Amino acid sequence: MNRKRIIDIIIILVLACAPLFLNTYWVDVLNNIGIYAILALSLNFILGHTGLFHMGHAAFYAIGAYTTAILNTMYHIPIIWLMPLSGVLAGIFGYLVARPIIHLRGDYLLIVTIGIVEIVRIALVNNIFGITGGSNGIFGISRPKLWGFVIRRPQDFFYYIWIFLGISVYLFYRLENSRFGRALNYIKEDDLAAEGSGVDSSGYKLKAFIIGAIWAGFVGNIYASKMTIISPESFSFWESVILFVIVILGGSGSMRGIILGSFLIIGLPELFRQFASARMLIFGAAMVVMMIFRPQGIIPPKPRTYNLDFLKLGEAEK
Amino acid sequence: MELFIQQLTNGLAIGGIYALIALGYTMVYGVMKLINFAHGDLFSIGAYLGLTLLLSLGLVDKIGVLGGILLLMLMVMGLVGIIGIILERVAYRPLRKADRLSAVVSALGASIFFANSLMLIYGAKFRVYPHNILPKMAVDILGMKIPLIRILLLLASFILMTALYLFVQKTKTGTAIRAAAIDQGAAKLMGINVNKIISIVFFIGPALGGAAGIMVGLYYGQINFLMGWLYGLKAFIAAVIGGIGNIPGAMLGGIILGVVESLGAAYVSFAWKDAIAFLVLIIILIVRPTGILGERVAEKV
Amino acid sequence: MSLLELRNLTKTFGGLMAVNEVSFSVDKGAVVGLIGPNGAGKTTVFNLITGNYKPDSGEIIFEGENIVGLPTHKIVNLGIARTFQTIRLFQNLSVLENVLAGCHCRMKAGMLACMFRPKWQKEEEKEALKKAWAELEFVGLSKELTNKAKNLSYGNQRLLEIARALATSPKLIILDEPAGGMNEQETQELVELIGEIKKRGITVLLIEHDMSLVMRICEHIVVLEHGAKIAEGTPEEVKNNPLVIEAYLGVDED
Repeated sequence: MNRKRIIDIIIILVLACAPLFLNTYWVDVLNNIGIYAILALSLNFILGHTGLFHMGHAAFYAIGAYTTAILNTMYHIPIIWLMPLSGVLAGIFGYLVARPIIHLRGDYLLIVTIGIVEIVRIALVNNIFGITGGSNGIFGISRPKLWGFVIRRPQDFFYYIWIFLGISVYLFYRLENSRFGRALNYIKEDDLAAEGSGVDSSGYKLKAFIIGAIWAGFVGNIYASKMTIISPESFSFWESVILFVIVILGGSGSMRGIILGSFLIIGLPELFRQFASARMLIFGAAMVVMMIFRPQGIIPPKPRTYNLDFLKLGEAEK
Repeated sequence: MELFIQQLTNGLAIGGIYALIALGYTMVYGVMKLINFAHGDLFSIGAYLGLTLLLSLGLVDKIGVLGGILLLMLMVMGLVGIIGIILERVAYRPLRKADRLSAVVSALGASIFFANSLMLIYGAKFRVYPHNILPKMAVDILGMKIPLIRILLLLASFILMTALYLFVQKTKTGTAIRAAAIDQGAAKLMGINVNKIISIVFFIGPALGGAAGIMVGLYYGQINFLMGWLYGLKAFIAAVIGGIGNIPGAMLGGIILGVVESLGAAYVSFAWKDAIAFLVLIIILIVRPTGILGERVAEKV
Repeated sequence: MSLLELRNLTKTFGGLMAVNEVSFSVDKGAVVGLIGPNGAGKTTVFNLITGNYKPDSGEIIFEGENIVGLPTHKIVNLGIARTFQTIRLFQNLSVLENVLAGCHCRMKAGMLACMFRPKWQKEEEKEALKKAWAELEFVGLSKELTNKAKNLSYGNQRLLEIARALATSPKLIILDEPAGGMNEQETQELVELIGEIKKRGITVLLIEHDMSLVMRICEHIVVLEHGAKIAEGTPEEVKNNPLVIEAYLGVDED
């Protein structure tokens, strides 16, 4: 237990110093890893904790990014202010699309969520309402400004993204280890039994979608301001597949696993750029092998622990 | 009217292709309750193998158009069928007792693997099918010129589907397949070799998909390593529309989807063509989740 | 006074009459048994009460309110908890967390409260743990706290289901074959446990195949056959009812 904490602290320290010894390229790789990690953590509520096969997470991410891009380029609203709005709009969108489909069986839900992300992408390409800029997308998005400091260089974004990741992990940890997180796990285990124990199954499934969508919306805001250009290609179905795979390979329901998964799936291919063309091939084969030999993921979640000391029991578990 | 008939026949031709691919999804789903995400890529493999064999063997020159293409189709169907059996052995059989999610992820992995193998072998660009194989004839129907190839495609998919239907309904193996689809455990107890049945299903489905691959190559004239994904998705939608696990349902669903999409592209919007398919799927699943021909089953408490 | 009243409840499955015009009432504080040969529709009646199925017609009155059409979790919230015939625990979660599931409906913390954890949320969480612990102690499983549910013996899994149901603080608990798969000693302990539940003022409605158990603990028995009620009364009355004897003759009961 203690050793684990020391390792955690070392990793955090090394990461915090990373921009000092890495060149811009690698810092940017770390930024991408961070972005995918937050997205995968938000998907984790839906896929990992609740067990809903959701393969359209990029749709929520897209709503957040386009909300930011459109309002920033048209009305010059500062990026930071747009972050909560992007989250809320993505959350509302998540609620609206999830509501009619929430009762669908596992693999049907999977296909429908693929459909949703494709419809969103097609709508963006077709310049829906004349505001998404079609397949060229939107450019000229401003940088975020925090207390007068403009976040511009990859190094700035590194701290911006990874601190946001840290805050997310902190809040998600609390959410997981409480009434909310437990309810999601009950539904994953057996939604009928959960309902029979007094858990509002469809209500909580929707809530999982909403919280996941809100966070994806936040990340959309970060991404838009990092790139300053966004286009529908960034929110394709494949992005959703990658997020899905990060969660499953890392370990459904395990935040450590998912962050490690982001490093492996986003970071590792960068190390093997000379094999760039073969890396997707290896990626596919690895998925098959992984499911056969370690389906629970690289780092499966630990069971929750409860402090029962207040019951003053001799054999209370720590 | 002219536009309508043209789009209708086009939709029927594409619908037949969707139906052929959908059969692979629906048969596998029926027996194993698994969405074989790699199925669309088996379809692409069929298209590429067809191209290779067409160019290298020169069958059309040697034994004529009809015989050449028929022989080509049979060869490709056999090869893709074998790849299907191998796929099941390697990626799905070890997961038969695992939970559904693992199998779905494994299927996705296999899909990515196949698509990228094609890219490594054939390159990322579009490949062109020889366009002068089939005579560019048009048939005069009610004063309208319908391209011959559409009729041939529809005919070919109809023959393949009928053959499959007769096989499943009339033969002993077909009965065993149907039995395994209803209850694998009970089928096993009745002395049916379920492993063999699954292998047969994984031969037939991909074989039909491979045939569809050649047909797309011949119809559109060009193929791409990623096309399997979209076709696969559409075909899966077709299977769901008809009622997944249900063989006539897949045929019906394919035809319906092809026609709706083709008419939608002409009368609603071409740019939204792909979105229409997904919209149809979502509406069907919300209104009647078991599809048109599927049966409703109450969940046991 | 009756706590639960079924009025002319009917349910068909595609033409098959599963429950036919069944009416009976369960008095507050009573232990009521629902018996009948296999396929008589007992579990269907339970599923109708708990909202898993919707009746074609008829009313289910709980504390003076018609609960037909309410979703299951709302019915649990009103005070009807159940166990399942085929055990439905959260197999991969700990024994403690299984019982905490029952506490869920008596808690309030939503998404924001869980994230930002105000003082009342922490108190609530503590109370839930206390309650869960108490219910585990009550059924005698407090030593298994961190064990996964799937590692428990069959009999203990049944007890865990009861603990989970009790954690919802029910007014009425519905037990679907609680002694199924239990050995004699476990069954005896179950009889005592049901007595304890009754002492807590919780009304019990149960389905059971073990006739001796039903006769021992139920003060009122309802008999179903082919989806219809054929008799009801005290164990003595039911035992001597010719219709009941006929219904059970030749039927293999274990």
